[in-house]
Amino acid sequence: MTQSVVVQVGQCGNQVGCRFWDLALREHAAVNKKGIYDEALSSFFRNVDTRSGGDGPGIYKGKICSLKARVRQSIKALLIDMEEGVVNEILQGPLRDMFDSKQLITDVSGSGNNWAVGHKLYGYQYRESIVEKLRKTAEHCDCLQCFFIIHSMGGGTGSGLGTFVLNLLEDEFPEVYRFVTSVYPSGEDDVITSPYNSVLAMKELNEHADCVLPVENESLFDIVNKINQMINSGKLGSTVKQNSLVTSSTGSVKTLQEKPFDAMNNIVANLLLNLTSSARFEGSLNMDLNEISMNLVPFPRLHYLVSSLTPLYTLADVNVPSRRLDQMFSDAFSRDHQLIQADPKHSLYLACALLVRGNVQVSDLRRNIERLKPSLHFVSWNQEGWKTGLCSVPPVGHSHSLLALANNTCIKPTFIELKERFMKLYKKKAHLHHYLQIDGMEQSCFSEAVSSLSDLIEEYNELDVTKDDQFHNEVEAHTALGHYTT
Amino acid sequence: MSIVTVQLGQCGNQIGHEVFCCLCSDICGSHGLCSKKENQSYQDACKERFFWEEQSGVPVARAVLVDMEPKVISQTLSMAARSGCWKYNNQSHFCQKQGSGNNWANGYSVHGPRHKESIMDLVQREAERCDRLGGFFTIMSMAGGTGSGLGAFVTQCLRDAFPASFILNHVIWPYGTGEVIVQNYNSVLTLSHLYRSSDALLVHENDVIHKICAQLMNIKQISFRDVNQVIAHQLGSVFQPVHPAEGGSNYSRNPLGDLMEALVPHPEFKMLGLRNIPQIPENSLPYSTFSWPGLIKHLRQMLIANAQMEEGIDWQVRPPPPGSSTPSSHSTKKPLHFNTSIANLVILRGKDVHSVDLGSFQDPSLYTSWLKPQDAFNAWRTPRAFNKYEKSASLVSNSQFLLKPLDSVVGKAWNMFASKAYIHQYTKFGIEEEDFLDSFTTLEQVISSYTTL
Repeated sequence: MTQSVVVQVGQCGNQVGCRFWDLALREHAAVNKKGIYDEALSSFFRNVDTRSGGDGPGIYKGKICSLKARVRQSIKALLIDMEEGVVNEILQGPLRDMFDSKQLITDVSGSGNNWAVGHKLYGYQYRESIVEKLRKTAEHCDCLQCFFIIHSMGGGTGSGLGTFVLNLLEDEFPEVYRFVTSVYPSGEDDVITSPYNSVLAMKELNEHADCVLPVENESLFDIVNKINQMINSGKLGSTVKQNSLVTSSTGSVKTLQEKPFDAMNNIVANLLLNLTSSARFEGSLNMDLNEISMNLVPFPRLHYLVSSLTPLYTLADVNVPSRRLDQMFSDAFSRDHQLIQADPKHSLYLACALLVRGNVQVSDLRRNIERLKPSLHFVSWNQEGWKTGLCSVPPVGHSHSLLALANNTCIKPTFIELKERFMKLYKKKAHLHHYLQIDGMEQSCFSEAVSSLSDLIEEYNELDVTKDDQFHNEVEAHTALGHYTT
Repeated sequence: MSIVTVQLGQCGNQIGHEVFCCLCSDICGSHGLCSKKENQSYQDACKERFFWEEQSGVPVARAVLVDMEPKVISQTLSMAARSGCWKYNNQSHFCQKQGSGNNWANGYSVHGPRHKESIMDLVQREAERCDRLGGFFTIMSMAGGTGSGLGAFVTQCLRDAFPASFILNHVIWPYGTGEVIVQNYNSVLTLSHLYRSSDALLVHENDVIHKICAQLMNIKQISFRDVNQVIAHQLGSVFQPVHPAEGGSNYSRNPLGDLMEALVPHPEFKMLGLRNIPQIPENSLPYSTFSWPGLIKHLRQMLIANAQMEEGIDWQVRPPPPGSSTPSSHSTKKPLHFNTSIANLVILRGKDVHSVDLGSFQDPSLYTSWLKPQDAFNAWRTPRAFNKYEKSASLVSNSQFLLKPLDSVVGKAWNMFASKAYIHQYTKFGIEEEDFLDSFTTLEQVISSYTTL
């Protein structure tokens, strides 16, 4: 069993990370009735016997007692934030026993929404401490496969220091995969400098991440609204299982009142849980994290994946006819279920992965792929570009679920918009001095970053052109056969 | 003579488990339909071939389980142990933690050399446990990373370590519409490498077996377990003891050797397809009867028309009339869709086998001209019924069965290669573009050879 380490950076990163741990515990508690520390748990948690005074050598395999008792689970994570508010909350919350001081890196004044402060200033300052703590965490891992970085792009810490850590991970642990969950700023973001921060961070993601899962607040917000509408409309007779909501914290450790972003963050947490489910639990066709990277990244820089999760909720009735199952597949390809605003159906698929959990068999998978294929455009050299995985253990509250990851050129508009917003500020040199006054930061950082983004957009453009050719060929072929009337 | 099975990767281990289950349930079930003596000798032969007995009397499979991640092997071991009828040797497995990430290069160039010693050590021990080693049977898929890449490497090692032994690779052809995006690359690399070290490749296509499950077995929600059980049944129908061609009352002592002799006269032609009839749901068995002439007729037409199962056969396809036989290079003389064979092997099990007339399989027009039909065709029989089927007929064929799938896989792989997609994932582990080109060349050669039969 491989292990993964989560590095949560900045306010957003830590809030999402917190929800992730909560839900992960809930999931494992539901599966692991006997309370014995098992292989599945070991991928994210470390069993620590506090009786021997904390960090014993090696792992003690024994019964997991309650969170407050002697033997505790310790989370394989590193929490980084340059202001104390969020991390302190975590340490005072119900998960406090799960983290120890060696996993934290905090400062007081924050990064002022300035990528340069996060990346150059704090990066330099905390480099050694970060490396040391990473090494410590990695040492406890039998076989470390992946680092998950959770951060936002628009701010200072998550964006700047987060990408600094990404760089560091590549240097110090070159063989370990780096999956990044990045929350991209929306158009009406209240942080004025978010375009600068995002584009500067993009360059790092282009060069150092193995896989990026972009997430947009707008999409998360829409999903939350959709669910609320569903609940409030009170559809005839059927009640929704509370703990099945992709946005819910029901049944988790968190007893405090729900905070405004919790519902949205739960969605992202569920994304990460589903992504790693096949690595943690058994199934008839396993899909590990290295397989995701192998199959979904045809060219090194094109590693941005559009994700969608279904179902968003489960009705309380137990019987699930196969039509419901097929609906789940259709939903995965509908825009309402995506975590980012994009339109994959009208763009070009480079590759697509379907990770199914629960009681779904290969025939259901094949039937749905056959059904959905005609409406999707795949690149000419990857006409059957599907990667599939079947995991037997469904998520809490559901009988089955599906995570779809698409490497699709539909992400290009997101990047183009980002670049435009950047250029608007950059042309006027607005706020530039805040950045340039930081040691190590120069004008060239900006021009290199925007050029890296432009190159990326160009790579997607080149692929899109082939789609138009393909489309024309298809039209010609169909016209020749008399399928279209002129 | 005993066969050592090497199960590689998730697919190999899942199928291997079903195969041993099938073999065991066949010999434990009393549906022999033959004399007690016959039954006893069948059971003994099967046991010697595939199992050894430990002190408790439980048969232990002669198998080595290999995978680069632990979940599947631990599941397989525990399922076998729970069955009560047989089990695996607890020491005969090797696994790692990371998996191969569907990367052939990772399996072949990294895991292979790194773990060669440990794996070959386990194989050596199983081999030594056999009184007489009849050869190796490896089970793997082509689409993933471990079965395909590590499998190709292990086959090479087997060839080096046991130069005189027979090696039969059982290869699973993935679904056409993707299980793994880089499956065509992995398949091309696997096939080209296996071709050099293996004696023969016995192929099962997921698409074909899926159709059998859907249309013949009437399974509604087909799982991989269902697919694997059909595959196991078909393999069992080939590997369970039979009497070799010349009659004689003893079961064949050299199954793999006999198979190679019957089917692989020339090293350029190693691709074997397998057909088995009848295939029906188990609960229909007591209510169905079949006649040998009917079964043989269907089987022959399945061969000629390259049908994948006994429904939907194209009866229009006929062998060319005898007068027009020309040198084999003129393949255009043969009607389209006609499946030319190099060699065929028919295995009959059950009631009244000795009375069956197989003359129709000896028709020279079925075969290429460079072998006489009497050399190209072999039949093995046993009156002992297999797996509750009163009558069962299998055809192992070295023919153009796999030409289309092979051509398709190579074509798709080439298409992807031309755009250089995913190549960086392979070069990362030491497989360069030249290696790809070499593999393409090898397989184009194989395709060309089979096409001009």
